[in-house]
Amino acid sequence: MNTTMLQNEISEGFDGKKLRKVIAASSVGTLIEWYDFYIFGSLSVIIATKFFPSDNPTAAFLSTLATFAAGFVVRPFGALFFGRLGDLLGRKYTFLVTLLIMGFSTFAIGLIPSYSSIGFLAPILVLTLRLLQGLALGGEYGGAATYVAEHAEPNKRGLRTAWIQTTASLGLFISLLVILATKKSMSLEAFNDWGWRIPFLISIVMVGISYFIRKNMDESPLFAQAKHEGKIVANPLKESFGKKLNFKFVLLALFGATMGQGVVWYTGQFYALSFLQKVANIEFEQSNYIIAISLAAGTGFFIFFGWLSDKIGRKGIMLAGMLIAISTYRPIYQAMYELADVNQKTEKPNSRQSRTDYHMMDGTVTLSKVTRTIYSYTDGSQLLEERTEKVSHLPSVQREKAVVKKTVHVGQQAFWLLILLVFIQVLYVTMVYGPIAAFLVEMFPTAIRYTSMSLPYHIGNGIFGGLLPAVATYLAAKANTANEVAAAAGQSLPYAKPYLEGLWYPIIIGGVCFVIGLLYINGKDREIND
Amino acid sequence: MNNIRRIAGAIWILLGIAAAYFLIVEQAIPLFAKGDMESLVPAIIYTFILSPIITGGMCVFGLYALQSEYEL
Repeated sequence: MNTTMLQNEISEGFDGKKLRKVIAASSVGTLIEWYDFYIFGSLSVIIATKFFPSDNPTAAFLSTLATFAAGFVVRPFGALFFGRLGDLLGRKYTFLVTLLIMGFSTFAIGLIPSYSSIGFLAPILVLTLRLLQGLALGGEYGGAATYVAEHAEPNKRGLRTAWIQTTASLGLFISLLVILATKKSMSLEAFNDWGWRIPFLISIVMVGISYFIRKNMDESPLFAQAKHEGKIVANPLKESFGKKLNFKFVLLALFGATMGQGVVWYTGQFYALSFLQKVANIEFEQSNYIIAISLAAGTGFFIFFGWLSDKIGRKGIMLAGMLIAISTYRPIYQAMYELADVNQKTEKPNSRQSRTDYHMMDGTVTLSKVTRTIYSYTDGSQLLEERTEKVSHLPSVQREKAVVKKTVHVGQQAFWLLILLVFIQVLYVTMVYGPIAAFLVEMFPTAIRYTSMSLPYHIGNGIFGGLLPAVATYLAAKANTANEVAAAAGQSLPYAKPYLEGLWYPIIIGGVCFVIGLLYINGKDREIND
Repeated sequence: MNNIRRIAGAIWILLGIAAAYFLIVEQAIPLFAKGDMESLVPAIIYTFILSPIITGGMCVFGLYALQSEYEL
């Protein structure tokens, strides 16, 4: 493109059709990357049994490495690596590469023979591919957001980039849908045996389509102009993080926006699912439906808040979302807990069904006694209680405490109320996340935009958001232990609701981010043409 | 308002130090003490990756605020 063409394109903007193509090409690719990243997480239990047997310490070590390193280390590193490339070579080629790396890694995970077939090579290959996934994800988002923002009309940047913002939730939604559909189409044995590979394998089709759409796109006009005018910096990393003038904005973007956004995002989607399954004991399929329906209902609001941010500003919407979220998390999770709590329900008379089975253990000496009891309640809820204990006539076999597993299937009313409560949290996510791409893009100049916005985004989400499960579990476990110690000593319990203690992490992080954002962010800067 | 922005810098530095204490003393050291390989990975990540990023970043941010870099 010559200078006149570039200037025309920048000043006049693209026609609607071309802009829609830019948005579609960027969003579909990013959506696929999120899908690829999430199916690994959603199928982690099966993956663990196939590749990381828990009785083998080295395999378990590799599993932990795959879980922690992909989010905490590799994502921010991918942001730096691909951000630098994007600021040197261009947005288009860089996010084309991230798409291919992600697609290849996901497809390849679906092909790896299990640990029982090829031994240690299996977990090593899975770990390597998972790290490649994290690397690709770290580079993708910044490229897509920058690419769309640099094409968009200045007064519609929030609306246009909001399409990129829908992709993370849609990626999660589609991953849940594909897993549930695959599971439904075959027996549980077949799914656990080979069916789990299907969600990984079909990714290659989506990546192929997205690659060919992206391949035919032009470079971003702002980047092309900067390159034409010789304004590309030789070392974007040094420029972004070595100069106080830019680095102070990287820190502000992190602590005043993405840190809070990351925890609100993780709480509304992942913590909600984990709470439903592990604390409220709601069965796997029903809890996934609750999240999937809430996500589907909430996704349109990313676009709405992106559009609204063009009208009334980005800062106010993001900070309002953060403030409302941290103020209401505790009552929302309390309500979720109560909706699934069978102690607060009335059991139907004469409806209890119980069955006991005995299984051989340790040769012929010890038996495993499994008692399954189904309790039915007047609101349509059911509780399946599975009690497993060792029984033996021999005095040498020690009696162990029975293991009790509870699974709740909530009634229709509670089901829809739970969807409403999760939907409210998704709404908070859309408030903080919808306008953030436009907000980040507007903070940095073209020459270092890809690098500078990618790092705070992935630290905010990957690190502050990614820490949520570990810290929340730690806080809840600490409260439970304190209660057990107090109960054993005959004292009153220090924590009335230990299951809500994990929420202090998003509340505190979100609160700090809200104050920093309120104090330091200038909500009026909307210029991206440097 | 700019005075508040500047003085609050000290709070961000203190918060950075508190984060380091939480990550290293409360999280990493008990994991190191367990000694198994599975606990070692998160312990190393808490100590050598998360602490420097969170604490270092928060302290530098606080320092910049104290130096009036964020005045509006």
